[in-house]
Amino acid sequence: MSERSHLRNFLLLWLGLTVVLEVVVVVILGHDIPPGSMTNDTRAQHDVIVTLTAIALPVLAMVWTYLAYAAVNFRASADGPLEDGAPDRGNARLQIAWVAVTACMVLGLAAYGSIDLLSGAGSSGVGSGEGPNPLAKPANAGKALQVQVIAQQWVWTFRYPAYGGVETPMLEIPVGTDVEFHVTSLDVVHSFWAIELGVKADAVPGADNVAFVTADRTGSFQVRCNELCGLWHGHMNTTGHVVGASVFKQWIGGQESKYAGVTKQLPPYSTTYYPQPIRNG
Amino acid sequence: MRGRLLGVIASFGLLVGVVVVYFIFILEEAPPGVAASVHGTTAQLTLQTDASYGHAPYPDWVTYEARDPSGHWQHSTILKIPAGTRYVHVTVYEYDTATGLRNPFFAYVRGTVGGVIQLNGRPMNYVDAASPAHTFTAPDLGLNVPLPGIDSSAKNQCAAAPCRTSEAHNTISFTFKTPKPGNYRFQCIVPCALGFLYGFGGPMQTIGYMDGMIEVA
Repeated sequence: MSERSHLRNFLLLWLGLTVVLEVVVVVILGHDIPPGSMTNDTRAQHDVIVTLTAIALPVLAMVWTYLAYAAVNFRASADGPLEDGAPDRGNARLQIAWVAVTACMVLGLAAYGSIDLLSGAGSSGVGSGEGPNPLAKPANAGKALQVQVIAQQWVWTFRYPAYGGVETPMLEIPVGTDVEFHVTSLDVVHSFWAIELGVKADAVPGADNVAFVTADRTGSFQVRCNELCGLWHGHMNTTGHVVGASVFKQWIGGQESKYAGVTKQLPPYSTTYYPQPIRNG
Repeated sequence: MRGRLLGVIASFGLLVGVVVVYFIFILEEAPPGVAASVHGTTAQLTLQTDASYGHAPYPDWVTYEARDPSGHWQHSTILKIPAGTRYVHVTVYEYDTATGLRNPFFAYVRGTVGGVIQLNGRPMNYVDAASPAHTFTAPDLGLNVPLPGIDSSAKNQCAAAPCRTSEAHNTISFTFKTPKPGNYRFQCIVPCALGFLYGFGGPMQTIGYMDGMIEVA
């Protein structure tokens, strides 16, 4: 078979596999790709993941097709000599095309991701931790409900400075309200990952990592630690809830009453803590 | 060619074997379980927290110990609770001095029946955040019990586990509802690992010392 025939067969197979993969992964399964659609951020993340998957599938199909085609058609015979193929030298068109296509893909993806991070999804940073001085903020960031996320081996607690600085092991946020998470740690590095909210921010001792989110429907979301943090890292989970505004008011009032005794012992609200125990290990 | 292939397969098999043996060794390192004694519908756990284990391989590590139904202290934090019981009553003899909590929130008692503990016979629902030597905290059960330390100037402090009640101690008791069958981790929240960076390493990261499992079956 001539080289031209091999090329035609390979292109047809590649095209066919690409179409099948795109239909199955993007069209049929795309809707169910995490993290869901609870917030602007998760919708933006979902769109990014689906888009990147759609772009990556032809590349994946090309590699698979080439490997399979070569394994079937260019096998060395068992009793024949072991020989290498002829080197391909001086093919400037191929080299330029290769560099141009891959450069366009990488730079295009970088631009797409950066634009989406800074200006997409209501300009809220797509749920990422942005450090103490976030660049991407929602329009009414000044009115956002502040919730401090405190990580320590191997539990989460949450502090609400607008409600007397009460600290609670439960996380609830009101629907339709901008929420400003301030993520920090009391010991080692953890990572606050509220999966269905599309929020992920590192929890670093002595650092304030801010992430914004606005949930637009009620429901539950999983919280996990996403940074290997010691023996019980895999158990450092909890469940949060997005609730209606009146339910939230009732709940936070109950937490203030329930933990009134211990709230008096807490240090004043601060974006970071690093209190030393008496004996200090 | 065939010999080389066999060599690669043999090497890979050897590597897998070493990894499997390594993990079996780690799994067998887990301490034996200690069963609670049962009185009617209540399981009784008796524990102690000690400033120093006092024995190899880590004599200077802080540790929990658990008393088995025959009254002997076992160096274990695998606590077995019969699923048929309704309550678990826990008595902790606390022999260590205070370190204090890094997060004062855990000075608050949570998850016990009535939301209280008995500290040397006195009911309390929270303690001074600087007073705990350790905590008995099972996050998946919503259970947190601070264990106040003894006075650091006490004269008859325990040197090595198992400690005796004739030595300086606090007695903390509490009850919680028996959870549904399953395994529930517990840990100490106080950064109590003397000699480790900020008190977080060693026994704070090791089952059999300051971490363990409540097994309900």
